[in-house]
Amino acid sequence: MEYFLQLFLGGLSRGSIYALIALGYTMVYGIIELINFAHGEIYMIGAFMGLIVAGVLTAMGWPTLSILVIALIIAVLYSAAYGYTVEKIAYKPLRGAPRLAPLISAIGMSILLQNYVMLAQTPDFLPFPRLIPDLEFMGPYANFLATSDLFIIITSISVMVALTMFIKFTRMGKAMRATAQNRKMAMLVGVNVDQVISVTFMVGSGLAAVGGVLIASHIGQINFAIGFLAGIKAFTAAVLGGIGSIPGAVLGGLVLGWTESFAAGYISSDYEDVFAFCLLVLILIFRPAGLLGKQRSQKV
Amino acid sequence: MAVANLLGNLKKSAIAALWLAFLTLPVMVIRVDTVEKTVTWRWMHLAYMLVGSFVLAVAWHFLMDRRDRGAANRDSGGGETQSALSLWLENPSVMRPLMAFGLLVAVAFPWVFSMYQTNILISALIYVVLGLGLNITVGLAGLLDLGYVAFYAVGAYAYALLNHHFQLGFWTVLPLGAILGAFFGILLGFPVLRLRGDYLAIVTLGFGQIVRLVLENWSAFSNGPAGISNISRPGLFGVTYGVDQATTYIYYIMLALVVLTIFVTARLKDSRIGRAWLALREDEIACQAMGIDNTRAKLMAFALGATLASLMGVVFAAKTTYINPASFTFMESAMILAIVVLGGMGSVLGVILGAFLLILLPEYMRAFSEYRMLIFGATMILVMVFRPQGLIRAKRKVYKINTEAA
Repeated sequence: MEYFLQLFLGGLSRGSIYALIALGYTMVYGIIELINFAHGEIYMIGAFMGLIVAGVLTAMGWPTLSILVIALIIAVLYSAAYGYTVEKIAYKPLRGAPRLAPLISAIGMSILLQNYVMLAQTPDFLPFPRLIPDLEFMGPYANFLATSDLFIIITSISVMVALTMFIKFTRMGKAMRATAQNRKMAMLVGVNVDQVISVTFMVGSGLAAVGGVLIASHIGQINFAIGFLAGIKAFTAAVLGGIGSIPGAVLGGLVLGWTESFAAGYISSDYEDVFAFCLLVLILIFRPAGLLGKQRSQKV
Repeated sequence: MAVANLLGNLKKSAIAALWLAFLTLPVMVIRVDTVEKTVTWRWMHLAYMLVGSFVLAVAWHFLMDRRDRGAANRDSGGGETQSALSLWLENPSVMRPLMAFGLLVAVAFPWVFSMYQTNILISALIYVVLGLGLNITVGLAGLLDLGYVAFYAVGAYAYALLNHHFQLGFWTVLPLGAILGAFFGILLGFPVLRLRGDYLAIVTLGFGQIVRLVLENWSAFSNGPAGISNISRPGLFGVTYGVDQATTYIYYIMLALVVLTIFVTARLKDSRIGRAWLALREDEIACQAMGIDNTRAKLMAFALGATLASLMGVVFAAKTTYINPASFTFMESAMILAIVVLGGMGSVLGVILGAFLLILLPEYMRAFSEYRMLIFGATMILVMVFRPQGLIRAKRKVYKINTEAA
């Protein structure tokens, strides 16, 4: 039972990170029907920003907790800026092009960003400082829930609640929902669609950066290639929950996190990634609309 | 007007350069060492970034203006213009001697140049066939396959394992590899028939990853990340060659396979199934309504592409005599895709050109080889934005009605 609980909580913290990244995929897909292949790289850049800020501040001798907060804020802002720029360069000129075109340029962007970070920083794994201190009152429970896991879960939940509020209650959120339903109609009623798309990319990228910094601090090392696998898994989560649906992305992330955690714990940890990919392939084949997605018939 | 436009562009480029420099500042300039708690500042990189992005931004705006003008021309009924290069190349009186000359150079190559050069050319030829194979799936049938390298791995591992366990020779495994490749192509093709566009891309990507991960982790089967070594080179009726002769021999095998592939794909393009693929690419529903068997056409595309990749896998294993899962990563798939995209989706000549450019350029410009993938990525974006048809536009059969005779 204790082992089960351990796996369950491990899966929960892992799943909430997937959910954070999956939200970016799902929001972008909901609005412009594009798989933003470079999203995993934004997450990676978020983690690197966290590392750089943490490194500079540690050298200056700041206290750990303030480093964590500042690193998170700067990583989010910079990743949002990256998301904005990526959209302007690689996707905006391709609106209205055949569907394969933006997908290929997205793959190009992903390769470009990976290699840019590799060349500017290093191809090796870099150690990431532990930004989340072990809290004392967690001592008795440390066997199945580390402080960083708890922190990840709490942060993810608060970020997701904030996102839901943003989409439900603000003007921009309303414009996003309108654009997702029907872009042309939204334009007709005066929504600045270009702006909505930019904001969507920025919000999604910011969420990915939160995930990037948290997981990097939890695992303790990063390199330029971490975005690829995380990106694909988060995409799996988004599809699993039903792409375009925000609660779906969260549910999908959690289900994927638990699947991986239990499969690794009870079967074999070598095939952890294989399970994720098999889940992706099976979902797409048998229920392409996902768990919470609506099955849409195609109009001719 | 023109001057004002130019000044406007320069101003926009300067702003873009400043923005990009700001954006890349932390990653480019700062390097931290969290163990030693030291920070290195590399301000020179900021200067490079400013100058580089300014130049790029000027070029970007110039090309963007040209693209918009081109779009305006087309809208006003200018029609699609073909580039001078492709018009010149399509002229039979240029094309035929050029082809003969190319073949002559190719045949004489190993006798004139060193083994090293021949080896490089063999890999370029392998990528030509891989590109042509992927061109069938992506360029002709419009099915974006991001796990293409999995079939390449199937062929390579088929030869390596059969050779290792049963001492089967190259010529026995070559057809077996082709059949196995087709089998895997159909195996992947069946479940994904219902998917379209981007979902298909992701499933094939997942499939490619599954194959690689299984090869990496199932050590009893594939010897894991250590790979398989001592794979025999091809022989001829019991004759075995030394390293140098074997290279020349593999070179000629590759040359024959390339010529065969070019012939087959060029003929396929104009065949019944080739036209079905083009119809499938343009509009799936309309295609079905015209009475084309979508399932069959899709499976054929997958199976043929996979067959070619698997054949190349066998040759690759025989050439290097050592394989491991690291040769079959997603980056490899992305590179083959880059070849097809840059060359021109659907165009045989374009894909050949693309393969030579992308494989030979980094090989001969060693200084740039670090930047190879960076440039690939950038090229894929730029080609999609400014020249979606690639270097050479695929030629479509046009039926011209002769109005004067009527």
